[in-house]
Amino acid sequence: MQSSNVRRKHFWQARDWTDWLFSILLLLGAAGVYANYQSLMDGYEVFFLASSVVGFSLLGWFWSPIRSLIAGVAALSLSAIALYAGDLSLMQQKFLLKFLISSQSAVMWMNVLLILATLIYWLALFRKSAFTGKLATFLTWSAVVMGLTGLMVRWYESYLIAPDIGHIPLSNLYEVFILFCLITSMMYLYYEARYQTRQLGGLVMLVVSAAVGFILWYTFDRQANTIQPLVPALQSYWMKIHVPANFIGYGAFSLAAMVAAAYLLVDRGWGQKLLPAKALLDDLMYRSISVGFIFFTIATILGAMWAAEAWGSYWSWDAKETWALIVWLNYAAWLHLRLVKGLRGNLLAWWALIGLIVTSFAFLGVNMFLSGLHSYGTL
Amino acid sequence: MYFSKKLYELLSSMRFAVSVLTVVSIASIIGTVLKQNEPYNNYLIQFGPYWFDFFKMLGMYDIYHSAWFLLILLFLVTSTSLCVYRQTPQILKDMRQYREHLNEKSLRQFTHQKSLAYSISTAQAQAKLSDVLQQHDYRWRQETHADGSVMLAAKTGNYQKLGYIFTHVAIIIICIGGLMDGNVPLKIQELLGDKVVETRDIPVSQVSEKSKLSVRNLSFRANLTLPEGSRADVAFERVRDGYMVQQLPFTLALEDFRIEHYPTGQPKSFESDLVIMDPELKQPLKQTIKVNHPLTYKGITIYQSDFQDGGTDLQLNAWDLTGARNQPVKLAGKIFQQTQVGEGQGALQIEFDDFKKFNVLNLSKDIKAKPRNVGPSMIFKVRDSAGQAKEYLNYMQPLNLDGQFYFVSGMRATAQEEYKYLRIPADENMTLNSFMLLRAALFDERQHEQIAHRLVSRLLPEAHRDAQTTQKFESSVVQLLKQFTQGGYSSVARLIESSVPEAQREQVAKTYIKIINVAAQEAYQMALQQHPEVQANKSLEDKFLLDSLNSISDLFFYGTPFYLSLTNYEHHEASGLQLTRSPGKNLVYLGSILLVMGIFAMMYIRERRVWLLFKADAKQVLLAMSANRKNHDFDQDYEQLLQRCKLALRSEK
Repeated sequence: MQSSNVRRKHFWQARDWTDWLFSILLLLGAAGVYANYQSLMDGYEVFFLASSVVGFSLLGWFWSPIRSLIAGVAALSLSAIALYAGDLSLMQQKFLLKFLISSQSAVMWMNVLLILATLIYWLALFRKSAFTGKLATFLTWSAVVMGLTGLMVRWYESYLIAPDIGHIPLSNLYEVFILFCLITSMMYLYYEARYQTRQLGGLVMLVVSAAVGFILWYTFDRQANTIQPLVPALQSYWMKIHVPANFIGYGAFSLAAMVAAAYLLVDRGWGQKLLPAKALLDDLMYRSISVGFIFFTIATILGAMWAAEAWGSYWSWDAKETWALIVWLNYAAWLHLRLVKGLRGNLLAWWALIGLIVTSFAFLGVNMFLSGLHSYGTL
Repeated sequence: MYFSKKLYELLSSMRFAVSVLTVVSIASIIGTVLKQNEPYNNYLIQFGPYWFDFFKMLGMYDIYHSAWFLLILLFLVTSTSLCVYRQTPQILKDMRQYREHLNEKSLRQFTHQKSLAYSISTAQAQAKLSDVLQQHDYRWRQETHADGSVMLAAKTGNYQKLGYIFTHVAIIIICIGGLMDGNVPLKIQELLGDKVVETRDIPVSQVSEKSKLSVRNLSFRANLTLPEGSRADVAFERVRDGYMVQQLPFTLALEDFRIEHYPTGQPKSFESDLVIMDPELKQPLKQTIKVNHPLTYKGITIYQSDFQDGGTDLQLNAWDLTGARNQPVKLAGKIFQQTQVGEGQGALQIEFDDFKKFNVLNLSKDIKAKPRNVGPSMIFKVRDSAGQAKEYLNYMQPLNLDGQFYFVSGMRATAQEEYKYLRIPADENMTLNSFMLLRAALFDERQHEQIAHRLVSRLLPEAHRDAQTTQKFESSVVQLLKQFTQGGYSSVARLIESSVPEAQREQVAKTYIKIINVAAQEAYQMALQQHPEVQANKSLEDKFLLDSLNSISDLFFYGTPFYLSLTNYEHHEASGLQLTRSPGKNLVYLGSILLVMGIFAMMYIRERRVWLLFKADAKQVLLAMSANRKNHDFDQDYEQLLQRCKLALRSEK
């Protein structure tokens, strides 16, 4: 190790000019929004706008590809908004909107790119080709750009339908499934870059592809892609933070489950030469579950605060709440065993894998089989 | 003494905590699968009397507030508290210690340790390595051992251990907050017999003191349905199959309730204009609440939870379905009130149950079509003198079904059944007039002979119009009309089955239907002439006739001798409010903050201990490192620190 790397830099010292440029651009963007829409914003909105500058700065400083992502998504979304020029019917008329960046098209591109990325990750794994692997990573990044653009444009489109219908696209199963694909892919990309684990891509992207399958079915069979107005209970600021926090949790738990699957494969001696070492997989599984656990905890607490405001009680033992508690207890026990008892190995891997079933039930099964207050996305 | 020690050990053990949590999880799952807090009658129907009582005894219908569930939570609090009590002294002691007394032999046992030689003076080496430690955010203590060696015992990430205390204390605080807001105090008072749940539907003034909760009640979650223009100073807390009356420290009045809709018909907002009257206020407090925007006054938060009818006034037309009367009788009704129709044995009671101003339905067969608002509807029951009731759902306006407009009325005998729908075709003015004119004309037995007489010229071939055949034909038409107007097509079918050989039945049925059709046409034309004052279609189109005859036939299964159509209404709404006082909420939030801090500390503060033992007799330092969690990061940190130390020792300055 070089001496220059060894010396620990403190947080502010570690910032270079690109960091500052990124933050200044974010700040300018936010200032533009504030200058144009100040009259329409309430206190919360101003607070959220300011927080988003800080939040995205930190995120971009922490992991630099986020900057290019934000720049790309901003460019595409702004182009779409410019093309729409306030008229939703142009969706079918302008070539770029119709085939690329109307929300529906962008989401379709995301779906296609994610499936393609999954296939190419597998190809790269078996052919042990570094170039093919890079291609898969690139495709995943492109999918994230398109998906995020899709959500952004959908947000704008909802306001074009009618100003009072406009809302952030986090309100039903279709929209949160897109979010799930994005978050899971991005978390995977982060670990891939940090730990050089491109061999895991195929396995992790299986979960994402399954979600894509659901989106496709939901779109073509149920027309779930149409923008619906918000029911009164959802008209709240809490939705903007409660839902994403929850999906970081779900995404991280899914990622952990797939890493656990890889661990179990390696443990049986399958794909030992192809997949990363057990120690790394074990570490990755732990990291992913701890990130998920923190966000899931925060999401549940935010949910409780929202429930207190909307339903009159911070905890109503609603089916979704109860299953969130079960998921939480499940991973709390997992972490307890690992951190306090120092347990490692197969048991925890199996547990993380089976945890995916519990998580999916809380995420999807509750909407399918049980009724309750959280029935925004029935199947 | 031995027993209490064993109990203490059991309760504070992790095994016990895990068992308790498992039971909580399983109970919670049952609670999500079995719908909670339904009316008890639903459970009775679902499980039958034996299992109903058994599950009732287990508290299955409100698991989360059952005594045993609360007891388990109490165990959880106890167990976690004991666990914290047991571990905290050790953790705090550990946090204070540097373990500077460790000797070379024990350091050599570490997995991560290495001896480093240096050429600079020991004092310099100590200074340089202290620098390194400082740069890595370590704090240390220096100690000279008995053998003359110097120990620098350092540590960082000390607060990781606080994470354990924080998370566990957080869970205790959250549970206590939750138990405070759960109905534990009420549960205890119930057990002592101080409070009794009221199950009868009686006015508040008749509810006994034992079923009332005072304004000082620590925590509650009560409901109140307030019609527009009314006021209340009590709310109702639902408990199992009954309720308790919660007295409020103020009077609450509802001035207005509004529902706004999106263009698609879905509700956009529910708003209530509330007025709080309290002698302590100089003037009444006026505030509008809506979903997500509650009002808090005197520690009681008032939420918009739902809405229902507040006694809408209805103007109705009652159409006779049995006799020859073709004009309706005007009737007035009010939701939640009753009206008597007829007298004596045949008297019927109409109970108006609900009114909905908007009904967003998808009427087309295409399930993907967009639902739209089809206008108002009302629900009422018709009860006979024996107490038997049928429930009806009538839409005010005709509904467009497959391109035709029909007045639709649903009927069911019990709440568990699906509605069976009667469809009456609307005429070109969108009224019931034409149908009712036709029905009355057909049902007028005095006219049957004349209808039959007119049919002769239309249906009987001229060659067969001799006196005998004509008379036979006329009498069979009269017979057929009688059957049809006494039991519809099924009655005609019975007539055919009893009098016609099987081989000819189909042919005869066709003829009969033809006769009924033509007879209906004639009857209608006669009625039009007799009742020029009725605004009705001038002729009967085939489809309208077909639909009309079908619905006449269905009337015999409709269950009441009249059809109620809604002609006008004055909408009165009632706002469904929820009033809660939950002092535990702040505790729960405090606990939540602690919990998040604790989890962060446990996972993201890296606890590290480093020992630098400078030997007395040689220019050598032993570096050892430990962490309570050995993972990838730990290896990296060790490697980094080792390199830094090596570099520092090598440099001259």
